[in-house]
Amino acid sequence: MNNTNLMAILIGSLLVNNFVLSQFLGICPFLGVSKKLNSAVGMSVAVIFVMMMSTAVTWPVYTYVLVPGGLEYLQTIVFILVIAALVQLVEIALKRFIPPLYKSLGIYLPLITTNCAVLGVTILNIDTGYGFGESLVNTFGAGLGFMLAMIMFAGVRERLESADIPAGLKGLPITLVAASLVSVSFIGFQGLFGL
Amino acid sequence: MISAKYKQAFTKGLIKENPVLRLVLGTCPTLAVTTAAINGIGMGAAATFVLVCSNVVISLLRKVIPDKVRLPAFIVIIAGFTTIVQMLVKAYLPAIDKALGIYLPLIVVNCIILGRAEAYASKNSVGLSALDGLGMGAGFTGALILMGGIRELLGNGTLFGLPHGAILAHPITIFVMPAGGFFVFGILIWLANQLSDRFEKDAARRDTSKNVCAACPSAAICHQGTAQSEEACAVGGAKGGQHK
Repeated sequence: MNNTNLMAILIGSLLVNNFVLSQFLGICPFLGVSKKLNSAVGMSVAVIFVMMMSTAVTWPVYTYVLVPGGLEYLQTIVFILVIAALVQLVEIALKRFIPPLYKSLGIYLPLITTNCAVLGVTILNIDTGYGFGESLVNTFGAGLGFMLAMIMFAGVRERLESADIPAGLKGLPITLVAASLVSVSFIGFQGLFGL
Repeated sequence: MISAKYKQAFTKGLIKENPVLRLVLGTCPTLAVTTAAINGIGMGAAATFVLVCSNVVISLLRKVIPDKVRLPAFIVIIAGFTTIVQMLVKAYLPAIDKALGIYLPLIVVNCIILGRAEAYASKNSVGLSALDGLGMGAGFTGALILMGGIRELLGNGTLFGLPHGAILAHPITIFVMPAGGFFVFGILIWLANQLSDRFEKDAARRDTSKNVCAACPSAAICHQGTAQSEEACAVGGAKGGQHK
């Protein structure tokens, strides 16, 4: 496993195959929480945290428990349970040991269990056949990509609020149209690192 | 009287409370798989199956499942049916399996299914829940086919895989790319808003601009309270989580 390879995976999941803007994973929080910069950052950090933990647990579970047992078909159930349990554990641990962090991230944690980006990245890591290290790098890139999209959009949406547009377009529709334009700009990253 | 109630359980999901265009749930698969109308049918059918089955089972167990662990319990039930659908599609429709890819297992986190479980199946009888699932599933499928059709026609110049070169000799490829997905979805929600304004003047308008939280998977929890703003929604979600 060389460093260029890892770099390519990181850039790939961060920019070229951005989770939100080209893979459509995590659209729900993207539309719901990207209204204010603070909450966008908080949500993204919580997502990256849970994503990394989930990958660190699901990859070994899949490779060392499910595959030897011939239980690959249980992937979906096992992964979602691992994620749900992790989110609960993280919540309890943060509340008990790091109250300040819990105060800033805690409110986002319950929303993450059903965030398809988290389950999506763990399944994608397995489907692509990444090793443990590569999986972690890919997950980190995906999380950063989510954060990038959220933060970029928090800025755009603050402007959209005050824009003079037809009433029917206000809110969600214009946000989606704006997302489409940002997505166009991400096409520019295609071909980077030969991806 | 009774039949009207059943009819309403089924029909509300089709247009009035269309999960995709009115409630804005299940956005991820909606945007991702609608590059062709046929994918919409595949995704819609798979999700409808899971929706109906999980609604029925959850409705049957609604008095057995303790309130505190209901969400994990719902997720396990939904995951079970998703796995069944995954295995069936893999075995009999490998082409659809390839087209839907990762979004097939992701049905488990589809907000529509958990949302209906929480908002409807856990409170209503088995028959009503099954009809509700069927109606919502049909509304979901219809919206996916509509969006897939538009994107396929404009982006590929085809429809259901049939050549339609006469209509669009030079397709606009951007419509089958991610950007086109966002754009078409935005325009469709706008049109749905306009139509509901025109036809349901007396009915309270479901303002998507104020209801963006409907897109979030915990909307069912959030909107039980008096969540008004984004912050309130997030806090409401946290409270819902703590109650578990």
